[in-house]
Amino acid sequence: EVDLEERLRELDLRSDSDVPDIPPPTDSTPEILKRALSGLSARWKNWWIRGILSLAMISGFFLIIYLGSFMLMLLVLSIQVKCYHEIITIGYRVYHSYDLPWFRSLSWYFLLCVNYFFYGETVADYFATFVQRREQLQFLIRYHRFISFALYLTGFCMFVLSLVKKHYRLQFYMFAWTHVTLLITVTQSHLVIQNLFEGMIWFLVPISSVICNDITAYIFGFFFGRTPLIKLSPKKTWEGFIGGFFSTVVFGFIFSYFLAQHQYFVCPVEYNSETNRFVTECEPSELFQMEKYSVPPLLQAVLGWETVNMYPFQMHSFALSTFASLIGPFGGFFASGFKRAFKIKDFADTIPGHGGIMDRFDCQYLMATFVHVYITSFIRGPNPSKLLKQLLILQPEQQLSVYKTLKSHLVEKGILQPSLRG
Amino acid sequence: LQESESENKLDGETASDSESKSDFGGSSPVPTSDDTPEVLNRALSNLSSRWKNWWVRGILTLAMITFFFIIIYLGPMVLMTIVMCVQIKCFHEIITIGYNVYHSYDLPWFRTLSWYFLLCVNYFFYGETVTDYFFTLVQREEPLRILSKYHRFISFALYLTGFCMFVLSLVKKHYRLQFYMFGWTHVTLLIVVTQSHLIIHNLFEGMIWFIVPISCVICNDIMAYMFGFFFGRTPLIKLSPKKTWEGFIGGFFSTVLFGLLLSYVMSGYRCFTCPVEFNNDTNSFTVDCEPSELFQLHEYNIPVVLQSVVGWKTVRMYPFQIHSIALSTFASLIGPFGGFFASGFKRAFKIKDFANTIPGHGGIMDRFDCQYLMATFVNVYIASFIRGPNPSKLIQQFLTLRPDQQLHIFNTLKAHLVDRGILGSLEDA
Repeated sequence: EVDLEERLRELDLRSDSDVPDIPPPTDSTPEILKRALSGLSARWKNWWIRGILSLAMISGFFLIIYLGSFMLMLLVLSIQVKCYHEIITIGYRVYHSYDLPWFRSLSWYFLLCVNYFFYGETVADYFATFVQRREQLQFLIRYHRFISFALYLTGFCMFVLSLVKKHYRLQFYMFAWTHVTLLITVTQSHLVIQNLFEGMIWFLVPISSVICNDITAYIFGFFFGRTPLIKLSPKKTWEGFIGGFFSTVVFGFIFSYFLAQHQYFVCPVEYNSETNRFVTECEPSELFQMEKYSVPPLLQAVLGWETVNMYPFQMHSFALSTFASLIGPFGGFFASGFKRAFKIKDFADTIPGHGGIMDRFDCQYLMATFVHVYITSFIRGPNPSKLLKQLLILQPEQQLSVYKTLKSHLVEKGILQPSLRG
Repeated sequence: LQESESENKLDGETASDSESKSDFGGSSPVPTSDDTPEVLNRALSNLSSRWKNWWVRGILTLAMITFFFIIIYLGPMVLMTIVMCVQIKCFHEIITIGYNVYHSYDLPWFRTLSWYFLLCVNYFFYGETVTDYFFTLVQREEPLRILSKYHRFISFALYLTGFCMFVLSLVKKHYRLQFYMFGWTHVTLLIVVTQSHLIIHNLFEGMIWFIVPISCVICNDIMAYMFGFFFGRTPLIKLSPKKTWEGFIGGFFSTVLFGLLLSYVMSGYRCFTCPVEFNNDTNSFTVDCEPSELFQLHEYNIPVVLQSVVGWKTVRMYPFQIHSIALSTFASLIGPFGGFFASGFKRAFKIKDFANTIPGHGGIMDRFDCQYLMATFVNVYIASFIRGPNPSKLIQQFLTLRPDQQLHIFNTLKAHLVDRGILGSLEDA
């Protein structure tokens, strides 16, 4: 009897119907919109819904930027949690694993552990003064690696103990699915937050470039599209791709020009312990000070100028928007391939006309990592306050030897006047 | 219909545990090819099959332990190389299992891409950790310096190239298979490569941090097996029917004792307790230093409870031995969960062993499954409780700061030192 049941289940899973048919899209379009657009044909109606929701999302984005860094951090975190939830839900559906013991709790538990670990690694440094004052927080931050590892191990042991005889493979698949999802969503969201702390401009320009590329590639494709780009996404065209590339680069240039003028966007975000708020006030670094560049002779004839005033940051924005238009779309193709592999139309139905949150953010992930790697390789040195904190933890003899090395270095470079100073 | 059928044939994966009937001929596992060398076969030909197996395992165990001692003797460089080889072999074993599960030998690019990703991730980790130790060597050679300074960017660019190749290699009928293999490769990289780099990190802290944990896990394996063999009655966990509570507890106590003794012996030797450093002049590794507090004998008062048992009032111990209790406890209590995880994995994919590399023992992964959790634990333990930040790394980071930042840090440090009385009003250059 057991044999028969297993064979039937095996047959069921072997056929393509192991993934449930694409559920009829639940129409979450608000009533208002539906009434307003009731007169139009289906194609234009879809276009209008997408357009309106795009504008709504962009306005929401501006609103949150206005509200400040802390709100942005919360927004990034909520998006991370929602993306995680969407991908895990797909995994559940693919593997029919609603009944697996413990699995939901374990997935959320792992999400918590990994987030705690990353917070301890990165964000806690920025809140150093806040943390210093509270004993329990100090303990949680200083030993965060050990505590988060212990918590993770507990989850790991719970997983091993929860292995049930007939569902071994299913459970291992879900375990791996959870971990890959964590790798994708949590690490990227923390990289986004780190970029944010470097200066809001490092958060805004990349995200806007990706959004701009999405929109302009779509528009160019709509009007001029003829040659298909890749079999995975039949709607993408070479005309859209190239047109999107050039528009995004120009957009990036102009947008960074405007943002670079305001301290609010340009300064690293710092936590002020007296006012208990985030402040973005500083002397703008070299990147954000106007410089004269000579226009290369080729372009001189075209533009008619010999020199141009630009921010050095705009050169960097060139790299960022190039990445957003050329490599960013591969994130989109990856997500398309994923959706085809698991026979889903959209990740979820959260946003009417657009699908789930993941659908909007699939290109952003590669971008966030790239910006972070770019900043750490070419822009930012190490964080001075973190360095200082580590110096103060050293043993006294080590501190003394470091002090001597530093002193000789500074004297050598002429930054410090030798000997006579106290 | 035809299309979907062929897709099903290629899409060999299903989530059902009973899928394997067609792959592995019913519920019996693939008969393992007999790798045992001819010599052993002849010598043991008279014994019954059970004792023969016992002898083969025993001899191979001794061979592996001897090999371990030899490479310890040969020094850190050889150890590092061995760790890298083990990592590559483990990666290969797990990927091969994935291929077998998904029948994916014909997938375009996949072998190449897996090895390529292995290379990228290794390069990234080397840049993050190991190059700090080779700092002066790296600074001298221009190409090495660039490779090290921009390692994050270069390894990310290389990874992206692999990622784009993967996306371009997606073939219409094999999407799901390809995504599964992609996921499989990444999880394997996560497990295998990160742990091996943590092991190397531990090694640089001092060979004792490498040897004691690994020996504790091996000891626990052997002791639990022996206790189980002689006294085992109560099964421990359904996953591994051969494990027993008697073996578990007996192994625990023996391992703690073993850890205490081993650390006592090792703490006396500088070559084990000193951090490994790279000497630029001789272009080799040196282990020479003033032993830290951890490795200097202290008098400890025995708690009153144990005094009557042991008969001493105080005992001279190395502080490190207290840490070794934590390490051996972890090795005996949590380490086995790594083994249960691997057992569950083998049952899930209906394989008896990861591979047939070591006669009587299976593959390299079979021997190292408990070690992985241990390596991470030791690394986290050291980072949290033992080691402070690495001073030379801090100096490096300092040198890349802007002058005004450097001055600010210097003054703060100076004020701190004066405050603590470490620096008087010395005016030395």
